[in-house]
Parts: sequence; structure tokens; C-alpha cells
Amino acid sequence: MADEILFELLHMEIVGHLQRSSQKDEQDQCIAKLESIGFRIGQSLAERFTRDCSRFKDELDTMKFVCKDFWNTVYKKQIDNLRTNHQGVYVLQDNRFRFLTHISSGKQYMEAAPKYLALPCGMIRGALANLGVNCVVTAEVSTMPACKFQIQIQRG
Amino acid sequence: MSRQTARAGDPRKVNGELFTLTYGALVAQLLRDYEDDEEVNKQLEKMGYNIGVRLIEDFLARSNTSRCNDFRETSDIISRLGFKMYLGITPVISNWSPAGDEFSLLIENNPLSDFVELPEGHTALNYSNILCGVLKGALEMVQMDVDVWFVQDQLKGDNITEIRLKFIKRLDDAVPAGED
Repeated sequence: MADEILFELLHMEIVGHLQRSSQKDEQDQCIAKLESIGFRIGQSLAERFTRDCSRFKDELDTMKFVCKDFWNTVYKKQIDNLRTNHQGVYVLQDNRFRFLTHISSGKQYMEAAPKYLALPCGMIRGALANLGVNCVVTAEVSTMPACKFQIQIQRG
Repeated sequence: MSRQTARAGDPRKVNGELFTLTYGALVAQLLRDYEDDEEVNKQLEKMGYNIGVRLIEDFLARSNTSRCNDFRETSDIISRLGFKMYLGITPVISNWSPAGDEFSLLIENNPLSDFVELPEGHTALNYSNILCGVLKGALEMVQMDVDVWFVQDQLKGDNITEIRLKFIKRLDDAVPAGED
């Protein structure tokens, strides 16, 4: 499908734009903005997706939705591995994360990875927030293009 | 299994929505950052330009088109192939200037503004201005210098969305420095 590339290019350009328009010492702010853009996208996407489907059984069921349907729509593949400690921490592993495959395979350019992962983290947080799960999402890369997203549920 | 199908919906549609929603979130962020419609227009065009110069590669690879003989052929390919391929719409081409160097793309349902309502006080904002940048960037990569601008926008209450393209000049193939 031809329009996939539009999303990819748009994301690249959003990262590039925020990077260009922020000063060297404002990198944190740039990441925060990316995250908040992602949050908004995730929120509205989840709203659109779940319009015609029944309520999720439990938290794990919601996570499976993120790993399968949500991931499939956004990144054209499913999450490769989902782990949980059953105490509110979930780790989603994607062995070929789409936003990283164009950048590098290996350890080079590792310092560039965080800004390409901020928006996706925000999207997960936004989608889950919309489904009633408050959480903190962080990403971790050891070798590109593989990537792990850690979801920490906030209770109470 | 049945629930899964219901969730994902029509993949093509959802994919288009992903782009629309991402673009919406971007414009909202730019409006917060710049607080000035004209400046947001400028930034959107710049980002579009950067996308266009990359997108043309993908377009040529997919469409397998050859060099256009004149601007009329170019207009046809932009609408029938370009817009169709990436946004799923075919804008109507009209309002040719007598000299044949200017035309309009008329868009009836712009996918970029699908879920959009402009709040009051943004009369100068060209919400979909990124399209102008994309067209300019892409055409520049095939040696055409063009001006692209919004004439009408349904978001502002016009009957139709109109983008105008004006051919300025042919660009010479730039030879990289140090080569003949």
C-alpha cells in the first residue's frame, strides 16, 4: 500500500522539524513534545478502533489489543514478544521496529534512537489512557532495529 | 476471531486515518508553538517540501512513468497518479491560464481535513499547506520550478478546496561539484 510511506515520511519530518527548531540544551523539551504529539494520536486512534468492539476482559486483554491490532495498523506487523511480571509491568518487544529499520542495523547511530521512539511511546500511552489504563511508557534499544517498550501501570 | 476483524476495520481506511490524525496532531502542536497562522503555514510548507523531495523517489519507482512532454501531462499525472496513489483521491484539473502555465487542482473531500473544524480566529491558516510543499519539493526533483498556493479551502467555508500551481521555469540538471 502506497500510503504507508506517507506516515513514515511525516514522522521523520516531525522529528526533524522539532529537532531543528529546538536549541541544543532543549533536547528534553523536544522529546516531550514528540511524546505529547504521540499521545494525542494514540488517544484518537484507540477511539476510532474500538468503536464497534466489546469491552476488554482485563488489562492483559487490553495489552494484547495493543500488541496485535494496534501495532498491525500502525507498524504493519505484530509485536514479537509480550512479557509481564503480573504486577503491572509489561514489556513489548519488536525485533524489527519500523521507524528504526531505515536508520541502522547494529550499534551505530544509537544516540539518534531516542528521538525516533518518543512519539511511538506517546502513542502507546495515549491509546492505553483512552482504554482506561494509566501508565508510563519507556523504550529501550540495545541493537537496532530491535526495540523494547516497557509499560508501567500506574495504579490508584 | 470475529471480534478481531471488527476491531481492525477496513485496513486501507484505518491507515489513511492514521496519517490524518498524525497530521492533525502536528498542526495542533505547531499552532501552540508559533501562535501565528502565517508562521505555521510557512513551517508546514517547509516540512512538505522535505517530504516531497523524498516522496518523488517512491512515486517514480511505483508509477513507472516517463518524462512529461508538457505541463498539461504533468497536471494529469499529479492528479490521476500522485494524489490517487497516496491520498486515494483524484482532484479535478481546471482553470488553465491562457498561456498554459497555470492550473488549479480542485479537491472535494480532502482526506487531511477529515476530522477537522477550524476554531475561530484562524482565518489566515492554510490547514493543509503541507500539500503545497510536497508538490513543490517533488516537482523540483524532476527539474520543475513551480509556485504552489491555496486559493480556496472548504475548512474556511468555501465550496471547494483549490490548490493552484504555476510553472516558473525548467531547472537545469545540477551536476555534482567535481564531475563533468
